[in-house]
Amino acid sequence: MSFFKVENLGIRFGGVVAVDKVGFEVKRGEVFTIIGPNGAGKTTIFNLIGLLYPATSGKIFFEQKELTGFAPHRVADLGIARTFQNIELFEHATVLQNLLIGRHRHRRTALWQELLFLPSVRAAELAQREAVEKVIDFLNLAKYRDSLVAGLPYGVRKVVELGRALATEPKLLLLDEPSSGLNPEETDDMAFWIEDIKRHLGVTVLMVEHDMNLVSRVSDRVLALNLGTLIAEGTPAEVQSHPAVIEAYLGKPV
Amino acid sequence: MLQLLLAGVAQGCVYALVALGFVLIYKATETVNFAQGDLMMLGGFFALTASVIMGWPYWATILFAVAAMAVVGMLIERIVLRPVLGQPAFTVVMITIGVGYMLRGLVTMVPGWGTDTYTFPTPFADGTFKVGEVIFAVQQVAVILMTAALVAGLYFFFRYSKLGVAMQATSQNQLAAAYMGIPVRRVNMMIWGLSAGVAAFAGILLAPVTFVHSNMGFIGLKAFPAAVVGGFGSVPGAIVGGLIIGVVEAFAGRYMPEGFKDIAAYVVVLAVLLVKPSGIFGETAKKKV
Amino acid sequence: MRFLFKTDYAQDLRLFKHSGQVFWYGLLMLFLLAAPYIAGEYLMSQLQFICIYSIVGLGLMLLVGFTGQISLGHAAFLAIGAYTEGLLQAKGVPFFISLPCAALFSAAIGWVLGLPALRLKGIYLAIATIAFNVIIEEVITRWEGLTGGNSGLHLKPVELFGMKVDGDQSFYYLCLGLTVLSILALMNLLRSPTGRAFVAIRDSEISASCMGVNLATYKTMSFALSAALTGIAGALYAHKVTFISPEQFTLIASIELVTIVILGGVGFLHGAVLGAAFLIVLPQLISLAKDYLPSNVAGSGLQAVVFGLVLIVFIIFEPLGLYGRWLKIRTWFELFPFYRRGMFRRQKSYMKSERLR
Repeated sequence: MSFFKVENLGIRFGGVVAVDKVGFEVKRGEVFTIIGPNGAGKTTIFNLIGLLYPATSGKIFFEQKELTGFAPHRVADLGIARTFQNIELFEHATVLQNLLIGRHRHRRTALWQELLFLPSVRAAELAQREAVEKVIDFLNLAKYRDSLVAGLPYGVRKVVELGRALATEPKLLLLDEPSSGLNPEETDDMAFWIEDIKRHLGVTVLMVEHDMNLVSRVSDRVLALNLGTLIAEGTPAEVQSHPAVIEAYLGKPV
Repeated sequence: MLQLLLAGVAQGCVYALVALGFVLIYKATETVNFAQGDLMMLGGFFALTASVIMGWPYWATILFAVAAMAVVGMLIERIVLRPVLGQPAFTVVMITIGVGYMLRGLVTMVPGWGTDTYTFPTPFADGTFKVGEVIFAVQQVAVILMTAALVAGLYFFFRYSKLGVAMQATSQNQLAAAYMGIPVRRVNMMIWGLSAGVAAFAGILLAPVTFVHSNMGFIGLKAFPAAVVGGFGSVPGAIVGGLIIGVVEAFAGRYMPEGFKDIAAYVVVLAVLLVKPSGIFGETAKKKV
Repeated sequence: MRFLFKTDYAQDLRLFKHSGQVFWYGLLMLFLLAAPYIAGEYLMSQLQFICIYSIVGLGLMLLVGFTGQISLGHAAFLAIGAYTEGLLQAKGVPFFISLPCAALFSAAIGWVLGLPALRLKGIYLAIATIAFNVIIEEVITRWEGLTGGNSGLHLKPVELFGMKVDGDQSFYYLCLGLTVLSILALMNLLRSPTGRAFVAIRDSEISASCMGVNLATYKTMSFALSAALTGIAGALYAHKVTFISPEQFTLIASIELVTIVILGGVGFLHGAVLGAAFLIVLPQLISLAKDYLPSNVAGSGLQAVVFGLVLIVFIIFEPLGLYGRWLKIRTWFELFPFYRRGMFRRQKSYMKSERLR
């Protein structure tokens, strides 16, 4: 039974074909990375999976269910979470509140119950906070728990972004350039976390990345994209030595 | 029916000018100026002063009012808006609302102005002429022609002058424009001056119809529907939108039950917002994540 | 200086963060409960108005401050609440039914207004709400058979369970009670998933929806709740002034309601109450000052000038509003002498196009 499959996916914005007939499959429990030069359409694919843009062609299947025509919030309900390349956190809320919003899909209380703050709401809240603490412990965010996101340094924000996605308890995690803007130490931490996510949390990771070290270190399989089309797929070593990939990044030898 | 159309177009010209004024500001600074109508009112008062109290001829009056309002506009930008550069749009809107309140209040305090209503003399006061079945009031024709002249002038300004292009640049990305050497703050100030000048022009054209008084600016509220219908942020849109609203109002006043005339503009704008918020000429933009 | 040590999750959920808050708010409540016995008739009347406008402020704060929407047409909901109450009372409906009806009807209309809000942001939404206000005002004026049009509607005093809630004391307690309930309801909302969803929508709609927040549901819910609160305030308002007519609910009125939120402090519940108090007190101060000013200054324009000036000054110098200023003062005392001037400063930025927000 396929876990996550993309078939013939394509989108055009007016005359520009951003993604063209891309197809791949992600197996449960693996770390699958998409690489490619800037403008190759990697983030666009994420936006297509998250149903932020409607695809002009192709299909997306998650656990055999076809993802078309939903609103983006339904995608989260299905168990797909994502981070954003340019960090879309809730700036005027604390880290804790950001992570708690990640728990939104697990809420069980109705508006009228919340207005009265019935004991059932209280119990639900305490349960949510416990769940979020696990993520905070996992990512070492304890000292930032009550800080407003607006004042935090970039590296910490990226971790909070990851935490918020993890708080949704996803089955599939989409990471958009998790190491961009991080120094080597922070990138190291990120690599450890991705490995832990795969091994201990059992979450499948679909990642877009530029940092080749990180890619070779954590990925099980890699897909290379250029100008919206697939140019290579395989293990990290295979893809990195593939001539088409080298040409896309470095150009043809003279 | 043509008669109605003419009346609508003439009224629409005034709306178009007010809409033009704040589309200019919106294009440059993404600020919505709720005080545009009150700037128009103040321009009307300056013109009144020049014409009645100081006895100048019509053309000098126009120049004086426009120049005076340009200065006022620049001062408002410098004193009130520059400190809030970079704050969210909603707060800036509230500041302009505050400016509107102050202008209305201050005008009633000026000796010689106060809360009275004044008539405004123009060279075209009562003449009419007939073309076929339609009676043209010279007043209306003058409004239309003068508006057209101003719009043409502004078109060439934005297209071909350095300042005009600079204004377009700052409207899209202030920081980038600053990096390119455009003095963003000074350009913003001049945009406000220009916009206030246009408002003064509109006030002069409107004065014979509504008379000059401190609440004259409320008509400016109709300019919002005009700008939205035409497409917020589009200069031709403001003109077209204003004309449309003027015509719709004229026809609503004639054919629809009482009271519809006042809300016609708002019904139209709600319809446009629900169907195509970007209006006729406007552009939609979506955030790229 | 007070340090809060958190030892369990329940502590985070508490309404009062520490015993100091319990003390001060308790004192305030005692004072407010005792007010009819110590304050004169005039002050009581003002307090009633403050309560009523606080409820409106809370409604608007929920919509603008916590969900990040805009409404320049809330006077329409005030009108809907007021007229619903007036008309139902004229038909003999008891207050404890007519008040919820006013709230529910407002909520329904608010929900309807929320629908266009799903696709509109910023200035477009503001203009839609303005249009809404104007249209509702006109409908009320033209539907003379129902509303009395421009001649207005008279209301009899509230009758609650057979008792006449007339006179300053009982009506005051009614207003006070409803205000306190509204505040508690909103505080409960803000510490539960729905409140967080609202804040998420305010800060980043796209990522809120990617986290599973149904934008359509929550935006319309916010409008509905906001309208419901304003409708309740409208019903109380109608009884307070005993005579309502369409010209009390114009766009100008809507703008005054929004200034409650801005002057009080966007994003803080306290701001609603502080802003309401300020809005009621300001005209009184202006009237007092008129005696000392020359005659052409002290005319009808003075209120407009002062109002505009206060708005501008607050936005430029105190964007966090009255409550923000209070926070700064309190922090100054708490941290004395370590308070630093930059603590609350918002980062200055160049404007980036909000068309791409």
